[in-house]
Amino acid sequence: MDDLVSLVFLTLAATLRVATPLVLCAMGGLFSEKSGIIDVGLEGKMLMAAFFAAATSAVTGSAWAGVAAAIVAAEVMALLHGFACITHRGNQVVSGVAINIIAAGLTVVWGTAWFNRGGQTPPLVEDQRLLPLLLPNAGDNILVYAALLSVPLTWWIIERTRFGLRLRAVGEMPLAVDTAGISVPWLRYRAVLLCGLFAGLAGAYLSIAQNAGFSRDMTAGQGFIALAAIIFGKWRPFPAFGACLIFGLLDAIAIRLQGVRVPGVGEVPVQLIQALPYLLTVFLLAGFIGRAVAPRAAGVPYQKEH
Amino acid sequence: MNGRRPLPAWAEIAVLPLVNIALAFITVGIIVRIIGVDPLHALQFLVVGAIGSSESIGYTLYYTTNFIFTGLAVAVAFHAGLFNIGGEGQAYIGGLGCGLAILAFDRYLPAPLMIPLAILAAALFGAAWAAVPAWLQAWRGSHIVITTIMFNFLAAALMVYLMVNVLIAPGSMTPQSRNFAASGKLPSMHDTLAAIGIQVAPSALNLSIVLAVLCCIGVWVFLWHTPWGYALRTMGHNPEAAVYGGTNLRHMTMLAMCISGGLAGFVGVNELMGVHQRIVLDFPAGYGFAGIAVALMGRSHPVGIVLAALLFGALQQGGAELAFEIPTITREMVVVIQGLIILFSGALVNMPRPWLQRLFTLRGS
Repeated sequence: MDDLVSLVFLTLAATLRVATPLVLCAMGGLFSEKSGIIDVGLEGKMLMAAFFAAATSAVTGSAWAGVAAAIVAAEVMALLHGFACITHRGNQVVSGVAINIIAAGLTVVWGTAWFNRGGQTPPLVEDQRLLPLLLPNAGDNILVYAALLSVPLTWWIIERTRFGLRLRAVGEMPLAVDTAGISVPWLRYRAVLLCGLFAGLAGAYLSIAQNAGFSRDMTAGQGFIALAAIIFGKWRPFPAFGACLIFGLLDAIAIRLQGVRVPGVGEVPVQLIQALPYLLTVFLLAGFIGRAVAPRAAGVPYQKEH
Repeated sequence: MNGRRPLPAWAEIAVLPLVNIALAFITVGIIVRIIGVDPLHALQFLVVGAIGSSESIGYTLYYTTNFIFTGLAVAVAFHAGLFNIGGEGQAYIGGLGCGLAILAFDRYLPAPLMIPLAILAAALFGAAWAAVPAWLQAWRGSHIVITTIMFNFLAAALMVYLMVNVLIAPGSMTPQSRNFAASGKLPSMHDTLAAIGIQVAPSALNLSIVLAVLCCIGVWVFLWHTPWGYALRTMGHNPEAAVYGGTNLRHMTMLAMCISGGLAGFVGVNELMGVHQRIVLDFPAGYGFAGIAVALMGRSHPVGIVLAALLFGALQQGGAELAFEIPTITREMVVVIQGLIILFSGALVNMPRPWLQRLFTLRGS
């Protein structure tokens, strides 16, 4: 019985650990997407943040300096996205793809030039990391709690504040917002900046909390899983959180099932479990399980009349 | 609008793209400066590394071949108003099709039959991998951008599973298939040229580049000189007009994406049949994403795509040499350049237009 309890506890803890960056990223992405700015660049922002968190923490010896650097790095990428998509009305998907590719390249280029470890940052010691707070062996560092808090916070901002109301409006019908005398670009810039803040925290979590340093491409598609979670949650905070937990649980199970023979089924291919988030999202988008409808103005640049 | 005139057509085609690329390279120069290397010095190594010898030119053209395939793939979809970010996965599965055909028949078929069959299989598998997102968009209304992203990950997961569990050569420790027999090898360029008496240095360049050139011509003829191409471009410009003209948008979406996926699948021909001689993991290596940059820079026209692919091929080869000469710069510098070109030629394409308009207005008055 004790074994079962500890197994459940460990699996839940593992789920939460894996889900934390997904949750943070998904909440950030929600702000952006709700305002009508599609963000396929979550992956790149998170990667850039992870690199600068580890690099800064390694150089300064302070984990908090690392967190600050991660946020700044992600915000720079977010502003770039905003500059291209809001100010210059560029294609949002193209901009997001560019950000992902630039981040994948720059982190290795700078990492190699500065630390000479093949793109990795030096391994971080205790003070340079965010360490577990309360529970033993659970990895419950402060960013895990931040992720848990970010969900009701995001819900409250989007659903209960004046800013959130306008945010939703600008994602559905920017012309109406503009007619009411509210600046569409400024609203969208604030949404994109909020997105950068959360993506920055997610990146910091990867390199200085969950792991002890940055390694190349360490986001490994998690930004896209977060994007999938947003879609899976139908652009609402709590369902998106649920999707992150399901995807995290799948990952935790995949690690646990590696090489294990399940009675009656045989060995379950780990790749199948890892592919499930993508597969489920495809099914959902196709309308086989419910219907996911994006904000109506998502992806459409707003052109003010002259 | 502030008395500005629209740009003349030649400036729109020739000057604006060059300004965009110049901005990308200036940014690269700044990044190179930040890591403490003289940008002009680096540029010198890059150019010499890309076109300095017969061997390096061979490698440049070999990389160019891949960029032509993925650039054309993205461009065909662009013309239909579709954004195919799934080139990476389509190239992967196209390579799988090419490899499976060879593994199944290379012991029975001679090369003149084996090679066309493998090329056809690459196209069919690549097209099939693109057809699913196309079908989901056309009939179920899912967004093709998201679906093709997801299909990249699905392709990667499928390939790892197949290579580790099914296709791995008996007794092999690394996940790769058995070697292809001789009939499953696409002749290399240096062997082919040697047969007609021209000596060039050995490189990875193979006859895939001929296929790439044929694809360019084929895409040009298809898009601008057939009724289907006309309907496809009409759908991209104005779907309502296309419907009014009698085009079935669903069928046209399928057609555009299948051609796009098939073209991306040819990366597998160049990589597996031309170079590796077996199925390996991770051979698409970002070519699918770089195809977006190639198509944007080449303005989705075959001529532009060839020019852009040449630049990208030279960057890929020159970048490898550069990384060898200057250890503080890694090969990923090329990835940064690709990303910046996507940024400046794609997302920020409109930024320099007002500057140029002002310039032309000043000159004209």
